[in-house]
Amino acid sequence: MKPSGTTAIVLAVLRREMQSYFVSPVAYVFIVIFLLLLGFFTFQVTRFFEAGQADLQGFFQWHPWVFLFLVPAVAMRLWSEERRLGTIELLLTLPVTVTQLVMGKYLAAWLFIGIALLFTFPMVLTVAYLGDPDMGAVFCAYVGSFLMAGAFLSVGSMTSALSRNPVVCFILAVVVCLFFILAGYPPVTGTISAWAPVWLVNRVADLSFLSHFLSLQRGVIDLRDVLYFVSVITFMLYLNGVLVRGRKSA
Amino acid sequence: MIEVDALSKTYSGVPAVEDLSFSVAKGEILGFLGPNGAGKSTTMRMITGFLTPDRGTVRVGGYDVVREPLAARRKIGYLPENAPVYEDMTVQSYLDFIARIRGFGGAQRKKRVDATMARCFLGDVRFQTIHTLSKGFKQRVCFAQSILHDPDYLVLDEPTDGLDPNQKHEVRQMIREMSVHKAIILSTHILDEMEAVCTRAIIIARGRLVVDETPERLRTRSPLHGAVSLSLAPCAVDELTARLQGVEGVDRVALLAAEGTGVTLRVFPRAPEVAIAEGIVRALGIGPFHIRSLFVEKGRLDEVFREITQTPPSATAH
Repeated sequence: MKPSGTTAIVLAVLRREMQSYFVSPVAYVFIVIFLLLLGFFTFQVTRFFEAGQADLQGFFQWHPWVFLFLVPAVAMRLWSEERRLGTIELLLTLPVTVTQLVMGKYLAAWLFIGIALLFTFPMVLTVAYLGDPDMGAVFCAYVGSFLMAGAFLSVGSMTSALSRNPVVCFILAVVVCLFFILAGYPPVTGTISAWAPVWLVNRVADLSFLSHFLSLQRGVIDLRDVLYFVSVITFMLYLNGVLVRGRKSA
Repeated sequence: MIEVDALSKTYSGVPAVEDLSFSVAKGEILGFLGPNGAGKSTTMRMITGFLTPDRGTVRVGGYDVVREPLAARRKIGYLPENAPVYEDMTVQSYLDFIARIRGFGGAQRKKRVDATMARCFLGDVRFQTIHTLSKGFKQRVCFAQSILHDPDYLVLDEPTDGLDPNQKHEVRQMIREMSVHKAIILSTHILDEMEAVCTRAIIIARGRLVVDETPERLRTRSPLHGAVSLSLAPCAVDELTARLQGVEGVDRVALLAAEGTGVTLRVFPRAPEVAIAEGIVRALGIGPFHIRSLFVEKGRLDEVFREITQTPPSATAH
C-alpha cells in the first residue's frame, strides 16, 4: 500500500460526491429548476424576443440572482450532512488532509454547476439562429458566470461547515452572497456613501460580484476580474478548511 | 504498538478524559470498558486523530497521531460508534471509494474490495444501496471499511452494537481471527463479550483508568469469586449450617432460601483462592443431606463492573 497522491485523493472525493448527486434526485431537480428559472426570467421578465436584439445580455443578467438561491442549495449539504450523519468522523480519520477533502468536495459541486450551465446551450443556439452574436463575448460571459458560480459556491461550502443544520447553512450562505451581490448595487453604495469616505465606498463596491461579472460579460477577460473571483474562492475555501479543522479540537 | 500517554481532554470545562495511559501490543485484543459517558469514545477519537487531545500523546506504530497524522492513520482501521456510512451509495461503490482513498489502484483495488466483501459476507448485497440494508449489514459495511487495507491497528467502537446474537458471534469470530497480526482496541459495555474476545481489559470511569488486567483476574475481584452455591432437598437447616461452618477454610455460610421445596445457601471461603468444594462434599456425604446441585462461583463481572465504576466521586477525586 503506497501513500496515495493528492490528485488521486481529490479525484476520489470528487467522484464520490458526483455519484451522490446523481443517485439522488438532487441533480435532476437542480438542473430542471435552474433551466426553468433562467428561461422564465429571460423570456417572461426581460422579454427576450420583443427586445429585438440577438445577444444574451437579457439572459446573463439573471445569473447572479438565480445563483443566489440555487448555489447555496447545492452547497449547504457539503459539510453539514457529513456532520449530521456522523460520516465526518470516518472522513477525517482517513489518511487524507482537510485541504484535499475541501478541494474534492468543492470541485465536484463546481463541476456539477458547470454541467447545469452547459445545459443552457439552446439559448446560444437561439441567438445564433436569430442573428449574428459576438461569440467571443458569449464565451467570456459563460466564463464569468462559471467563475461567479464558483465564488457563490465557495461561500456556501464555507457556511456549510458552520452548522450541522443545512437550513442554517443555506440561509447564512444566501445572506453572505447577497452582500457580495449588493455591495456594488447603487442603492447600497448610495447608503454607504452617505457616511463613508469615497475610498471605502469604492473598496466595498469592488467586492461586488456584479461589477466583476458585468465586465466579463462585456467580452473582455480581464485578469483582474478573474483574479478577484479566484481570490474570493481561495479565501472562502481556506476559511472552510479552518472551520473543519476547528471541529477537531472542539 | 499503540501507546497512549497521559492523555487528557476537556469539553467546555468538564474533563472527559484525564491522564489516561496504556498501551496495546500486536496480538492483543484490548477491551475498553466503562459506563456510558466515561470517555471511551472520546479516547478512541483521540487515538484515531478525529479529536486533538488537550494534553498527552498517542503513538500508533511509532507515529504521533498529532504530528504525523497521515502516517499514523494509514496504519489504523477505525469503526466509529453507530457505524456511519454514506447511505446513498451501494456497498460496492462505497468500499471502492475507501479503496481509492487508501491508495489502491487498478486491478489491485478491485481485488481488495472483492476480498473484503467476501470476508464480511457482503457479496450478496454488493449492489444494494446502503440505506436499504438492515442495521447489522450497515455495521458490517462499516467494519469492512475498517479492515479493507489490512491495518496493523484496529480501533472498534462498540463493534457488535445492535447486532443479533448470530451476527455478534460472526463479528467476534472475525476479530479473534485477525488478532494474531494486529493490535485491536474494542469498546463495549457487554461484559460477556469482553470476556469472550479480549485478552486484556481496561475499565475507565469518569475519564480515569481504574483497572487494567486480564478478564480472568477481573472476575476474581468479585466478592462471589470462590464461593460455593448449594441447593439441597428439605432438611434441618441448623444442623446443615453447623456442619458447613465446620469445614476447613469456610468463612461464613449465607442462607439464601429455606422453603418446603428445598434449601439453597452459599458458602464463602476465608479467601478466594481457598478451595472448599471438596470439604463441603465430604462433610455432607455422611448424613441425611441430599445435594441437588453444587457449583463453585467464578464471580460475576457485572458486579465487579458496578463496584469499580460506581465508587463515589470523592474516592477518585483529586
